[in-house]
Amino acid sequence: MSDRGTLRIQQISAHPGPVAGEGVQRQDKVCKLIDTTTCIGCKACEVACVEWNDMPFQTTYFDNTYQTMPDTDWNYWNLIKFNEDQHDNGSFAWLMRKHQCMHCEDPGCLRACPADGAIVQYSNGIVDFQQEHCIGCQFCVSGCPFNIPKFNPNTKKVYKCTLCSDRVGAGLEPACIKACPTGCLHFGTKDDMKFLAENRASQLREVSGFQNAGVYDPDTIGGTHVIYVLHDATKPERYGNLPAKPRIPLSFTVWKDIFKPIGLFGAMLGFVGVVMHYVFEGPRREQPAPPVVRIDPPPPPAGKEN
Amino acid sequence: MATSADRFVHRSNPIDRMGRTVVYTGELLRHPVYTRFLHWMVGIFFFLALLSGFGIYLPWIFRFFTPLFGGGATTRFLHPWFGLAFVFFFALQAINWLQVMRWTPDDSRWMKHIKQYVTRSDSVESPETGFFNAGQKMQFWEIVGGCVAYVITGVIMWLPEIFGRILVAISYVVHDISALVMLFGIFFHVYLSTFGEPGTIQAMTRGTVSEGWAWTHHPSWYKAVTGRDPAEALEEAKRRNTPPPLPPRTL
Ligand code: HEM
Ligand code: SF4
Ligand code: SF4
Repeated sequence: MSDRGTLRIQQISAHPGPVAGEGVQRQDKVCKLIDTTTCIGCKACEVACVEWNDMPFQTTYFDNTYQTMPDTDWNYWNLIKFNEDQHDNGSFAWLMRKHQCMHCEDPGCLRACPADGAIVQYSNGIVDFQQEHCIGCQFCVSGCPFNIPKFNPNTKKVYKCTLCSDRVGAGLEPACIKACPTGCLHFGTKDDMKFLAENRASQLREVSGFQNAGVYDPDTIGGTHVIYVLHDATKPERYGNLPAKPRIPLSFTVWKDIFKPIGLFGAMLGFVGVVMHYVFEGPRREQPAPPVVRIDPPPPPAGKEN
Repeated sequence: MATSADRFVHRSNPIDRMGRTVVYTGELLRHPVYTRFLHWMVGIFFFLALLSGFGIYLPWIFRFFTPLFGGGATTRFLHPWFGLAFVFFFALQAINWLQVMRWTPDDSRWMKHIKQYVTRSDSVESPETGFFNAGQKMQFWEIVGGCVAYVITGVIMWLPEIFGRILVAISYVVHDISALVMLFGIFFHVYLSTFGEPGTIQAMTRGTVSEGWAWTHHPSWYKAVTGRDPAEALEEAKRRNTPPPLPPRTL
């Protein structure tokens, strides 16, 4: 799902040794900016994603919402979440949020993955799955704070948004950006997008009366390469389970990187232990054993035993 | 002749009748065919699950294990089935051994002089050691507990859609710890049943052990099945083995 020719790799899941090519070429960090305040829920980006990635459409059902389906899927990587938000005074607003992979700077999926090369992070920040190396364990699902990787039971592989790494590698913007009619989606370097987002947020605070407007770029995972402008950045949960402080479970960081090798070392001490026992103490023979010719060194004098 | 069957209820079943156990003079029946069959099924699936599991556990060290099973994806597919087969056969074995594995006051006493056992300071086991010693029983119960942990955490990781990411993340650690403890223990098991106590492995292959093995390693069991006192039997064997004194030399 990627174009390795033009994108340099910065991080590889479960990879022994150094990452070839890391830091060889300077690459700007890229970023997608989603301004939820100007999204009209037209779903043009959903269509563009399915079209560009040439995915078979998925049957869905009507469950009293405008949302295309309850959640993203292995063949549906980009979903506008239609969150109905009730205000204290009884009025109501739609908090529409384009939901897709956040391309985390510290990706929980990559941290969790046990397969060498199944998940890579490019120097420009894009996190991409390499299905040919995926073993289908779904640990990435558990490692991801945003519930993004989706399993295809037929291929036994996991899929998600690639941030159109194939297009970006060729100097194009992602397909969703190209399709958006309101200009609520932007794509560029992380610095530029951060600048644009902060500007828009202060405009919302100062001009439009959204006192809590702000930018969602959570630092618990080192920031993301997809950022949001929210009307109310203090409660991102209102936008359909967007976590305020996304975290990677310690199992995939502390346990996997530190205690797994130590634990293995500990277990192998059992092997060393039995070999050394044989060397130092020797076997217990069935009695009566053949007569002893010599014991080296001689046993301690009587009375001093044990 | 009295057999180990007197010590725990083992009704002969179809698997026992498919094979045979030949007990020669000077030997005692230790494990019937059914027990041996289960033990080696457990052993086979344990190592299959272990190797396939370690291919996933630390692929940057154990990357050479996954090709043995047909690559990463196939290894991941097979591992749960190996594990289930291991647990299935071990569950049958646990039922088979439930009686003999019961912890007794003798076992607590045995644990008190475990240091002498490790340093081999006595030439034979302490007289209260029965069919299994306390160390063997501890390992058995560790495996029972480990199997329960494996199944619960394994199913959670197998069906993440149902259990959710946090339970999977916890299970992952518990599953790993269970594997590490069992791996640590299995070194002792394999060592003691081969090099560490010669004459033991035939208990699980041919199903019999020598009387000498029995009074050396499991004296109380020896007493129960033969009715003879293990210490006396040993003294008698020593007398039999000692060559007669040489005739006085005349110059
Ligand atoms: C090459 C590997 C193995 C060898 C040579 C081996 C050998 C033996 C022998 C000779 C016995 C009988 C001991 C006696 O009668 O006192 C035994 C018992 C037993 N085996 Fe194994 N075994 C092996 C692997 C395993 C594995 C992988 C497991 C389970 C994970 C296992 C579980 C047990 C248990 C629970 C017992 C009964 C208690 C004990 O002796 O600790 N064995 N084994
Ligand atoms: S959002 Fe999830 S899938 Fe995407 S990079 Fe972050 S952890 Fe990985
Ligand atoms: S399912 Fe996810 S964690 Fe498992 S190998 Fe594939 S990409 Fe890696």
